[in-house]
Amino acid sequence: MNRIYLDHAATSPVHPEVVEAFAGALGTVYGNPSSIHSSGRTARKALDDARRVFAESINAGDAEIIITSGGTEADNLAIFGTAAKKQGKHIITSAIEHHAVLHACAKLEREGYEVTYLPVDVNGRVEAEDVKKALRDDTILVTVMLGNNEVGTMQPIAEIGELLKGTDVTFHTDAVQAYGILPIDVETLNVDLLSVSAHKLNGPKGIGFLYQRKGTQLAPQLIGGEQERKRRAGTENVPGVIAFAKAVAISLEEKEEKWALYNGFKEMFKAILEGEGVNFYENGSHQMPHILNLSIPGIDIESFLVNLDLAGISASSGSACTAGSIDPSHVLVAMYGEKAEQSRNSIRFSFGIGLTEQDIIQAAEKTAQISKRLALK
Amino acid sequence: MIYLDNSATTKPKKEILETFVKANEQFYGNPASLHQMGNAAEDLLEKARAQIADLLHMKHVVFTSGGTEANNLAILGAAYRYQQRGKHIITAVTEHPSVLNSLKVLEEQGFEITRLSVDRTGDISIDELKSALRNDTILVSLMHVNNEIGTIHPIADIARLLKNGRTLFHVDAVQSIGKLVFDKTAMPDLLSMSAHKIHGLKGSGVLAFNDVELKAIQFGGGQEAGLRSGTVSVPHAAALAKALRLAEANPMYEKWNNDLRNFLGNYSDVMVVSPIGGASHILSVAAKGLKGEILVSGLQKEGIVVSTSSACSSKSSETSHVIEAIRLPRAYKDGVIRISFGTFTTKKDIQHFKKAFERVYRLIKGA
Ligand SMILES: Cc1ncc(COP(=O)(O)O)c(C=O)c1O
Ligand SMILES: Cc1ncc(COP(=O)(O)O)c(C=O)c1O
Repeated sequence: MNRIYLDHAATSPVHPEVVEAFAGALGTVYGNPSSIHSSGRTARKALDDARRVFAESINAGDAEIIITSGGTEADNLAIFGTAAKKQGKHIITSAIEHHAVLHACAKLEREGYEVTYLPVDVNGRVEAEDVKKALRDDTILVTVMLGNNEVGTMQPIAEIGELLKGTDVTFHTDAVQAYGILPIDVETLNVDLLSVSAHKLNGPKGIGFLYQRKGTQLAPQLIGGEQERKRRAGTENVPGVIAFAKAVAISLEEKEEKWALYNGFKEMFKAILEGEGVNFYENGSHQMPHILNLSIPGIDIESFLVNLDLAGISASSGSACTAGSIDPSHVLVAMYGEKAEQSRNSIRFSFGIGLTEQDIIQAAEKTAQISKRLALK
Repeated sequence: MIYLDNSATTKPKKEILETFVKANEQFYGNPASLHQMGNAAEDLLEKARAQIADLLHMKHVVFTSGGTEANNLAILGAAYRYQQRGKHIITAVTEHPSVLNSLKVLEEQGFEITRLSVDRTGDISIDELKSALRNDTILVSLMHVNNEIGTIHPIADIARLLKNGRTLFHVDAVQSIGKLVFDKTAMPDLLSMSAHKIHGLKGSGVLAFNDVELKAIQFGGGQEAGLRSGTVSVPHAAALAKALRLAEANPMYEKWNNDLRNFLGNYSDVMVVSPIGGASHILSVAAKGLKGEILVSGLQKEGIVVSTSSACSSKSSETSHVIEAIRLPRAYKDGVIRISFGTFTTKKDIQHFKKAFERVYRLIKGA
């Protein structure tokens, strides 16, 4: 059976050209960039070149990029690194962040920090005004994601950035889902820290970066050698970085094209469901084009997903990162409340490379069939 | 080019790359996803995990971003978990910075650290270790093979010594995995390794452990049984298992080591730094009154890649902490170079090295 993978927000296949770049680098650029000999210098140069690609992609300087083992490490470094350096004990975040942010904040709470979890409206949006209201003299950090991974809602980051401008509050945004989809400029957004993960944009897993604005204080979290200007220890994953840079270059090239394509997929998917008479509505507003989150009244998400999977379609109930559990999504709970049916009948389809219109039609038709079958019971 | 810097990092083997590339193409799902793509990735991940545990003679395996993270997790994770029992930890002065600097962080937080000194061969004294042990010692962290000079710590003896006590034993085995044979009956409680030192991929490591609980140091989706959040890279895990399966001690290393030891030892102003009986893939020597960097770049021009004491310390101008600790005579301290063998090293490479060294050394000495 031809499987249709509609879970690109969980992780995405590595782009064939990226695989090629990776394999090539593994065989040739294997030196340790800290070594002073030629193999080391070759690796160092490749690392510097890749760093420039990351920096330019968000209008930052090369020295402002810290390479990490992924989005989780970047988020943890932003939060723990800021907390360890700054004086105050108050942090502002939102209720719909990824667990890499929420669980890091929860750890700080156990250590005596106070965390304000901003609510979201029914569309999953944070109000910039709420950030302002929550600010205190001892607020050290505001961390709000750029684009939500479950419902796809984009947050008013530039607005929050504008509001925090001139204060000494550090502003972090988790751009893991938005990077590669949205144009990102750290100057327009006015952020101090920004997290990215390669495997969401057809790069390899286990690599990412944190942008750190020059002058923003951050204590290292992985401790050892003096790599990454003493901000992140561990022998640099040079071939992974080269592959990641390739993925970034491709995604920049194809960004506009993809935007239109995925928006088209979305409209087509919904149109087919409508045409088939499926009763559904879309969760969230201000959406990124690659995420479509639908609530289908009358279905039970667990059996729905099993049925879809048997029909050859991979989708999910929210984030994969709750490590295999189907607990009600904290994002939907934040949007609709504790008892709302949406947290038990919502499904996320997410688009990425390799998908054709034909795939989308087939997936939508099967989704319609299963919806009608299951909603009857 | 002749690459003799395998302790800094190694060139990946073809078969390992193939495993990696294949896993990327076929098992790209997120192992935490519940659909078939996720399940297939998870199956491969668990197969790799079981294989690694088996090959390491350890019960549990957590995948990390490398040796540094494995060491950080072992030390910080055990210290935070067991701090109610006590706040004393023992290590040695010659450990890798990922161990020493983790302990420094703990020290700032009120833990007490005993750093055992070493003799001129880089070895600790078991008696000194025994007398350093206290009721509140929760952890002993020692490396198996020193990355700069190759000294082997008697980890099986120490594991036996600590076996029935309440003190956990962590071993940084980054430089010994795949090279030394382990005593299955006396494994430590925690064991760190890194794939790129055994012809695997960078950014990939393992913390293996037995009956120990740990506190996580990275938080998020709760992957790796909550011990290490972050999407797990299944291709890296599969490639690491493959690297470990292929790793084998090469009996030639010892021969080459002896050969070079004799050859270099015959120069009147060259001193062999690596102890006799150390790990055979590492040979560290020092030239009197010279800078190691000069030798490294001289050999480089001959197409031979070696390093000063270690990659981590090669960029800073200070003498390495290991070289300080073994009290190398002052005239030799700055002249250390490290030659380290790997799977791709051949007998010819060793012969080339000798010839090149002769030329470079004579040139530098102006004779
Ligand atoms: C919004 C968001 N932040 C952080 C992460 C974590 O990134 P990684 O899986 O690279 O650790 C993810 C994905 O898992 C995500 O979707
Ligand atoms: C003994 C030892 N421990 C730990 C490490 C760190 O491993 P990694 O480079 O994978 O972070 C190294 C190598 O750099 C090492 O030689």
